[in-house]
Amino acid sequence: MSFDKSVFKEGNKDGIPIGLGYFAVAFSLGIAASNAGLTAFQAGLSSILCNASAGQYAGYTIIESNGTYLEMVIVTLIINARYLLMSFALSQRVEKNTSLIHRLLLGFTAITDELFAIAISKKGNINPYYSYGAFIVASFGWASGTVLGVIAGNLLPNRLVSAFSVLLFGMFLAVIIPPMKQNKTIRAIVVISFFTSFVSSYIPVLSNLSDGTRVIILTIALSLIAAILFPVEVIDNE
Amino acid sequence: MNSIYIYIFIMFFVTYLIRVLPLTLIRKKIKNRTFQSFLYYVPYVTLAIMTFPAMIYASNNIIAGIIAFIVGIFVAWVDGSLFKVAISCSLVVFIIELII
Repeated sequence: MSFDKSVFKEGNKDGIPIGLGYFAVAFSLGIAASNAGLTAFQAGLSSILCNASAGQYAGYTIIESNGTYLEMVIVTLIINARYLLMSFALSQRVEKNTSLIHRLLLGFTAITDELFAIAISKKGNINPYYSYGAFIVASFGWASGTVLGVIAGNLLPNRLVSAFSVLLFGMFLAVIIPPMKQNKTIRAIVVISFFTSFVSSYIPVLSNLSDGTRVIILTIALSLIAAILFPVEVIDNE
Repeated sequence: MNSIYIYIFIMFFVTYLIRVLPLTLIRKKIKNRTFQSFLYYVPYVTLAIMTFPAMIYASNNIIAGIIAFIVGIFVAWVDGSLFKVAISCSLVVFIIELII
C-alpha cells in the first residue's frame, strides 16, 4: 500500500475537532498526573504512548497510591478491554493483504474511542493513511494538553474547565446520533443503551463495578442481544 | 518506591497489546452472521453507554449537563458535524453556568 496524500490530509482534517477535544480533556488529565507525582515529561510520555483517557487516569491513581505492578497490569487490562473489541472490528475491515507493519501501526493509531469511531464510520475497507493522518493531529492535542495540564493545571478558570469537560461527549453524540435517522435498529439500540447505562449505575452489584468494567459488560451483553435479534446483512467485501 | 517509568511502560505495553493482538492475529474474514452483527453494534452501544449518564455529571452543574446532552442530540440529528456538536455542547454548559 503506497502513501496516499489526499487520504492522509482528510484524516488530518477530521482529526482537528478530536484533537481540540482531546486537548481540553487531557488538560484535566494532566492535573491528575501532576497530583500523582508525575513530571510534565513523564505525563507527556504516558500520553504519547497510551492515548487512553480512562486507562491513564486509573493508572495515575495507582502510581499515586504506590500500587503494585501487577495491579497496574490488571487495571489497565480491564479499563481498556473495549479496545480489544475495537481491534476485532477493525481486523474485519482492513484489506486482507494489509502488511504486518500497517496492522501494528493501525493498532497504535486507530484505537481510541474517537479515532476508532471516525475510522469505522467510513465506507468500505479501512485506509490506514486516513487513521495515521487523524492520529497525528489528535495525538498532538492529547499529549500537549497533558503536558500543559501538569505545568499550568490550576491557572485555567474553573468555568472553562467545566465547559470543556462535555466536549468529548458531544463528539460521541456526533458519531452515534446521525445513523439513527435512517436506521431504526440503531435508533432503538442507542436509546436502550442510554437507558440501561443509566439504570445500571443504580443497581447494587453493577454500580459497584468500575466504570470500565461496567462498560465492557453492558457492551457485550447489549451488542450480543442486538446481534441475535437483529442480525445485519453480511457484507462480503473481499 | 516503585519507578514511575516502569509504571508507564506497563501501561503502554498492556494497552498496546490489547489494541494490536486481534488486528495482527485475525487475518480471515469471520463469516458468522451473529459475530459480524455483534461487531457492527459494538461502537454504537459502547459510545452510548459511555455518554449517558456520564455527560450530565461531567460539568459543574447537572442542569447544564442535561441541557448540553439534549442540545447535543438535537444538533447531531440536524447537522451531524463532529465539531459543531462538540462546540454547541460546550457553549451550552458555559452559558448556563453563567446564568445559574
